[in-house]
Amino acid sequence: MLVLDRVGKTYPNGVNALERFSIEIRLGEIVAVIGGSGCGKSTLLRAIAGLDRASYGAIPLDGEALTAPHPKVGIIFQEPRLLPWLSVADNIGFGLSDLSAPERRDRVAAALAKVGLSDKAKAWPRELSGGQAQRVAIARALVVRPEVLLLDEPFSALDAFTRRDLQDHLLDLWSETRPTLVLVTHDVDEAVVLADRILVMRPRPGRLFEGVDISLTRPRDRNSELFETTKRRILTALDRSLDQAAPDPAAAAEAGDALWW
Amino acid sequence: MTMTLDTPVESIQSLAPQSAARWRRWTRPALGLLLPLTVAAAWEWAVAAGWSNGRLVPPPSTVMSTINELARSGELVRHMAITLERVGAGFALGVAAGTVLGAISGYWELARRLLDPTVQALRAIPSIAWVPLFILWLGIFELSKVALIAVGVFFPIYLGVMGAILSVDRKIVEVGRTFRLSGPAMIRRILLPAVLPAYVVSLRVGLGLGWMFVVAAEFMGASEGLGYLLIDGQQLGKPAQILAAIVIFAILGKTTDWLIEIAAMPFLRWQDAFAPSRGAF
Repeated sequence: MLVLDRVGKTYPNGVNALERFSIEIRLGEIVAVIGGSGCGKSTLLRAIAGLDRASYGAIPLDGEALTAPHPKVGIIFQEPRLLPWLSVADNIGFGLSDLSAPERRDRVAAALAKVGLSDKAKAWPRELSGGQAQRVAIARALVVRPEVLLLDEPFSALDAFTRRDLQDHLLDLWSETRPTLVLVTHDVDEAVVLADRILVMRPRPGRLFEGVDISLTRPRDRNSELFETTKRRILTALDRSLDQAAPDPAAAAEAGDALWW
Repeated sequence: MTMTLDTPVESIQSLAPQSAARWRRWTRPALGLLLPLTVAAAWEWAVAAGWSNGRLVPPPSTVMSTINELARSGELVRHMAITLERVGAGFALGVAAGTVLGAISGYWELARRLLDPTVQALRAIPSIAWVPLFILWLGIFELSKVALIAVGVFFPIYLGVMGAILSVDRKIVEVGRTFRLSGPAMIRRILLPAVLPAYVVSLRVGLGLGWMFVVAAEFMGASEGLGYLLIDGQQLGKPAQILAAIVIFAILGKTTDWLIEIAAMPFLRWQDAFAPSRGAF
């Protein structure tokens, strides 16, 4: 169980990126965090990953507080962030340096096969397409068998077709070991396809606005009426989250809203 | 009158891709040689035709025969060996010091604040200005010469290493952090490979400066070395000997630079560069 207990983050420049964010995420659950820009969704993910420390609050995973990168937590970024000096296979095996060479080779080969890139094992990252590179990043994160996998807008840089392909692919991979997925996205479609629960966030300061359980059966049909209805529900929640966002005086002044009086 | 352009175009197209590649492989370096060879041939011809006596600017044939003479008497090897030795020793010292201090300054902020302003101030001093002090401190012989070369090599290496470490992509470093790399592992697995391309460039710049400073060092009183050949040629009015030494400098400088490039190539094959680096020969 991953718990976020009143987590908040204030940056040194005084920006309140995240405020009193509390949620409990079951093992194996897929949670999508969605919201407009500046709602603290990436801040939230980086705090869980241990890359940035939360200013207050606690993030226990199975009772153990996460304050630094943890072996049970993996992350996939918006960009593949492959190491350009390592072959595709070595990139995937990057987090397996504790294993013996033959064991590592087997695990990497299996991961490559799962993402359908066995023929690219010896290629350099520069020789891959955007979609292939992101597949390698997914394989690199999953090959260490994390209990929690964080995804920070992982498909947003890809074209619509590749994005759909990788969303389905991610679900296939997830179903094998069923790690907890926490996915940050601004694509409502993506959230509804993947998630068991969607957390709609509200900007300035970033706060949880509404949690929506998605009970659609998998695999989900993107063209079904139920899918559309669910999407509309999320979009409405998003709209309301923006309407009800407390006007932050500093941000409003910046935007020129303070001119009316 | 009609011009028939068809024939050459067809003959080019009929070249198989392989032979075309081979053709390019040989014509590219040849293209670079075209200008110097033309100038040399023109000068040779001008002297032979009697337009100049070639006394102050000897024709290539005279320079070549001077090199031949020096080679036959064994002088050339002796002068080349001692100059190479000086450059080698000074380069090694400069690279070692520049790499260590550059790495410390790049990696550790406190050290950078302490160290970097002083190094930058020292860098602003023309290195030749150290010559009198080095002679006083280290004597007129080898040590002062090697020290001067090392000073010249040090700065580009120091700057290159520090700058490369400071500009390593934060996103790549974060990948290392998410896999919980220890400090040494982070250096070995992320920082070293990331700074390698810039390091090779600074090695090449440093080597170039090493060759520049060996001449300065050998001007300050040497009895052997290629720099000595230059001074000797000036004092005894032997321009052919001066040009011979200059040609040898060019060949040695280019060859050593090429050796660094060749040695680095296997480690830099991953680079997604605009033009893949390849040996010039």
